[in-house]
Amino acid sequence: MSAGAMRGSGLRHLRRKAANGAMWGLATLSIFACLLPLGLVLYYVIAQGAAGINLDFFTKLPKPVGEPGGGMANAIAGSLVLVGLASLVGLPIGILGGIYLAEFGKGRFAWTVRFLADVLSGVPSIVVGIFIWAMVVVPTHRLSGLAGGAALGVMMIPTVMRTTEELVRLVPMSLREASLSLGATHWRTVLKVVLVAAKGGVVTGVLLAVSRIAGEAAPLLLTAGGSSFWATRIDQPMPSLPVQIFTYAIQPYDDWHRQAWAAALVLVSLVFVLSVAARYATRGRFRMVR
Amino acid sequence: MEGAVDKSRSLKRRGLFTAKFGDGVFRWTTLAFAACVIVIIALLAYLLVADSLPAIRKFSWGFLTGHTWDPVHDEFGGLPFVFGTVVSSALALLLAVPISLGAAIFLAELAPPWLRNPLSFLVELLAAVPSVVYGIWGIFVLAPALRPAEAWLGAHFESVPLFSGTPYGVGMLAAGLILAIMVLPIITAVSRDVLRAVPVTQREAAYALGATRWEAIRGPVFRYARAGILGAIILGLGRALGETMAVTMVIGNTPKISASLFEPAYTMPSVLANEFMEATGSLHIAALMEIALLLFVVTIIINASARLLIWSVARGAPAGVAE
Repeated sequence: MSAGAMRGSGLRHLRRKAANGAMWGLATLSIFACLLPLGLVLYYVIAQGAAGINLDFFTKLPKPVGEPGGGMANAIAGSLVLVGLASLVGLPIGILGGIYLAEFGKGRFAWTVRFLADVLSGVPSIVVGIFIWAMVVVPTHRLSGLAGGAALGVMMIPTVMRTTEELVRLVPMSLREASLSLGATHWRTVLKVVLVAAKGGVVTGVLLAVSRIAGEAAPLLLTAGGSSFWATRIDQPMPSLPVQIFTYAIQPYDDWHRQAWAAALVLVSLVFVLSVAARYATRGRFRMVR
Repeated sequence: MEGAVDKSRSLKRRGLFTAKFGDGVFRWTTLAFAACVIVIIALLAYLLVADSLPAIRKFSWGFLTGHTWDPVHDEFGGLPFVFGTVVSSALALLLAVPISLGAAIFLAELAPPWLRNPLSFLVELLAAVPSVVYGIWGIFVLAPALRPAEAWLGAHFESVPLFSGTPYGVGMLAAGLILAIMVLPIITAVSRDVLRAVPVTQREAAYALGATRWEAIRGPVFRYARAGILGAIILGLGRALGETMAVTMVIGNTPKISASLFEPAYTMPSVLANEFMEATGSLHIAALMEIALLLFVVTIIINASARLLIWSVARGAPAGVAE
């Protein structure tokens, strides 16, 4: 081999190594660029929100413009009620539907359900809000907690259904066979053996779904509305943290901005706790099977 | 003797009957709940079409090309909203896709195992931050920070139409940036899952031929994962098109079409959030319904194709992140 060719291949080797190193660097930079917004958002939410957090925030009703103080107790309670109502809609459909997909889901019908569940998870939340507006608000002539719960419930279904299916599927066949061989019927096997084994996974799906809907404001604007009083009835408009953040943030009052930041801090903390809990619920489970 | 056998046999038969009956009930009950998804989607489609019919009849295709939105004179053209949605989403993808792919490569290929899970979890948290929280951050932190940057760009690149216009801070650029932040975790997480699903033999074959790590990724790994990564990007696009609160809070909500990135604009979800509850005229509501219908149809097409692409690489994988 001539010296020139040697040098050429050496150069090419160098260039290939350099390209490799450059891509390494760019990829590392990308992950930082990806996480930078998280850091910035969290920094401001904590820095701005902490000032507004006090006992009043959790126990008092909002004050009218100009009067300092007041809190968001009604919105916090409203959000909890809305999540509860949503669970009444979303959990039965999600969990039982997920069981169907995992246990009997082989044919065209199951494929359709699976596919439409994924489609539903991609439908913009505001469109779900309009759907429930037409279904519930128009016939009943009023915004209500019930409508808000229904909208959030519909949004929970895909997450709960697909996680339940995935995790029920991961329960080893031998567990089912053991139960069946002892004479248990299929449905008792599923409810008493399979579901118990997949419990952690189902809990994960539920927590993920709740963390997703707890921060939703768009569908609630059209369904639950808002109010600055305690919501004592679910057939009346119901305040919620996300809607309250939106309403306060777009008004030109410093006091309201402070409250909105505080509410954002509460909401982010809630959502993060749910996300961590969701991760913890399936920790170490079935990872080997995967 | 005979009677006892008979009795036990009939008992057994009855047991078998109730067992089968129970299984049947169980199967059909779960099926009914699963079918709810089909019912919901069907009702959703039906209601959107039925309620937007007056607007569809009145404006037909002109709805998509008209750019006057005047509720007072019942004149409705949806073009400014379509424009705002398309441009802000395109801007978001332009910014987010390179970063997402780099981050996905890092998470799937380069990160040491002990770093993988914590970093993936942080990416998931980025997806978990509620839309209104991005919105409030956009109003009070991002938009004020953009104002001087926009003024500088405007002063130095005056002749470029993209950078002309008043540097409000609030506008198309802010919306694109916020959307980019919001689609980053989705594209990253799904691409990571897709890259992980590439068989290790693909990489080993490349290494055996003397390829560097990057060459193995660029060649066989990317070729194998191509469809899935495209699916991840389309999934991100779907999220960007439908995103409501954060965009509504930073885009300025003005229905006009402008070449400038700094000018306020309006998107389809934003106009729904702002005007739906205030709409009184029946044609106004029908026009808004038609916008919702358009949004629904577009997101269905986008999500359907994204799922099919992702399934073709990572079979049966759900959307990766809790969206």
